Amino acid sequence: MTGRESGNRFVMPAVLLLFFITVYPVFYVLYLSFHRRLLIFDISEFVLFENYLFLARDDRFWNAFSNTMYFTLMSVSLELFLGLCIAVLLNRTFMLKGLVRAVVLIPWAIPTVVSAKMWEWIYNTDFGLLNFLLGMKINWLGSTFWAMNAAILMDVWKTTPFVVILLTAGLQVIPRELYHAARIDGAGNWAVFRTITLPLLKPVILVVLIFRTLDAFRVFDAVYVLTGGGPANTTETLSIYAYKVLFQTLQFGYGSALSVIVFICTACISLFYIKILSRGAR
Amino acid sequence: MIRKAGFVILVSLAVIYCSGPLLWQFVTSLKPDHELTVIPPVLPLNPTGMHYMAIFREYPFLRIIMNSFLVAASTTVFSLAIGSLCAFALAKLRVGFRAFILGFILSVSMFPPIATVSPLYIIIRFLELRDTLTALIITYTTFSLPLSVWIMTSFFKEIPDEIYLAAKVDGCSPFQIFYRIMLPLSMPGLFTTAILVFIFSWNEFLFALTFTSTQASRTIPVAIALFPGLHEVPWGDIAAASMVVTLPLVVLVFVFQKRIIEGLTAGAIKG
Repeated sequence: MTGRESGNRFVMPAVLLLFFITVYPVFYVLYLSFHRRLLIFDISEFVLFENYLFLARDDRFWNAFSNTMYFTLMSVSLELFLGLCIAVLLNRTFMLKGLVRAVVLIPWAIPTVVSAKMWEWIYNTDFGLLNFLLGMKINWLGSTFWAMNAAILMDVWKTTPFVVILLTAGLQVIPRELYHAARIDGAGNWAVFRTITLPLLKPVILVVLIFRTLDAFRVFDAVYVLTGGGPANTTETLSIYAYKVLFQTLQFGYGSALSVIVFICTACISLFYIKILSRGAR
Repeated sequence: MIRKAGFVILVSLAVIYCSGPLLWQFVTSLKPDHELTVIPPVLPLNPTGMHYMAIFREYPFLRIIMNSFLVAASTTVFSLAIGSLCAFALAKLRVGFRAFILGFILSVSMFPPIATVSPLYIIIRFLELRDTLTALIITYTTFSLPLSVWIMTSFFKEIPDEIYLAAKVDGCSPFQIFYRIMLPLSMPGLFTTAILVFIFSWNEFLFALTFTSTQASRTIPVAIALFPGLHEVPWGDIAAASMVVTLPLVVLVFVFQKRIIEGLTAGAIKG
């Protein structure tokens, strides 16, 4: 790299744009969160931690928080399991492999809003395909028990392809010789998977977990379009609650405090995973 | 033989699971309204194109598709231009705080959109850019930059340094090397990035919902989410609309399957 021309001015446009459209707003949102700010009345007063103190006692916040945790935990673990199954399945060579992989990609490419609407129709109590196939009459999106799980199932459908792709890439770099050697030693399918595939796939699995956990934790459109946070707030996630406070009640101070919490949580999740990753590297 | 049959069944299950909901939406879009509520739900007895006609006749759907296309195309161009320039410098030139900048770009990609949406809304309102496509293009360009920079950096790194040095000896300035030599050589990378950025901007919902208020700048996801239904949900029209906006993406996926996978893995794993 020495003796090269400086590339600073080429980096500048990207860095400046990122600074003004993402970093500056994050500081701005922190600033807003210390204010009582009501857009409609043009009110803005400094209240320091009042929003955060209110937040700590706000049952709806804690409800949204536990909903988000449940959603993240369930959807990420299901995606990982299903993604791993499909990736291992598609790792063989077979006819029409390219076609099958393209089909598996479809849910990933479909706009989240569209998939939410598709599933809303499939979940329809009276005329939905799912109830017909199951021969039941479950009120999927209207019952406090099923709604969140229905949202999770949709999210799993939507994002498993991403997991499959990353894991497939990880599977391809595992040397074939290892499998041959294990076979010669008489290892069965499960033993090969547990002792070779899984340990060698660990770094990729961690990367998948980072991406998916972050995405699931900040979930908005999938659930917002499918259930709108209902019934009785049972599917209201942190992003949805923050969005409603911000843009339906126009309380920019309190809404920003909620946004800051989402930001802090995602930062903690990233740091946690980065720590695991760097420990694995050593 | 039994093993092979089992394998075929499992693969078919995976294929049905992934494509089933979309196929069902297609079937729904072809059913006349009175067949939608027929139990058991079967294939359409009298397939009709009425829902497809309706979305273009009764809603300004063409306008909305144009909006989405303009936003996604402009975002792709800007993100590629700014992102690849940055990636070129990071891969081939001397850049101060290089590791820091790469780490910064990666961490920005982890920012939750909800954490920036309220200040951006205030800024955009202040700049009087509310309900314009410009507001969306600027936001999307920025949020897709990390992806562009990471993918393009890994592509530029694969181009041998000798090519850069030879061009330098011939008297090219760094910028000339960038657009005369590096860009043509990294066409596959640009292409991969373009598809991913286009799909991201075509699908984005939160910012589009917040920054737009009328048909003037409404994009497809917002239009579908807010599909008007006074007394009952127009399932057939929604199905037709979703088929129209999903079809281009499905075509992209089938034609460029390899590139998309390459881009996703380069963006995620190598990053």
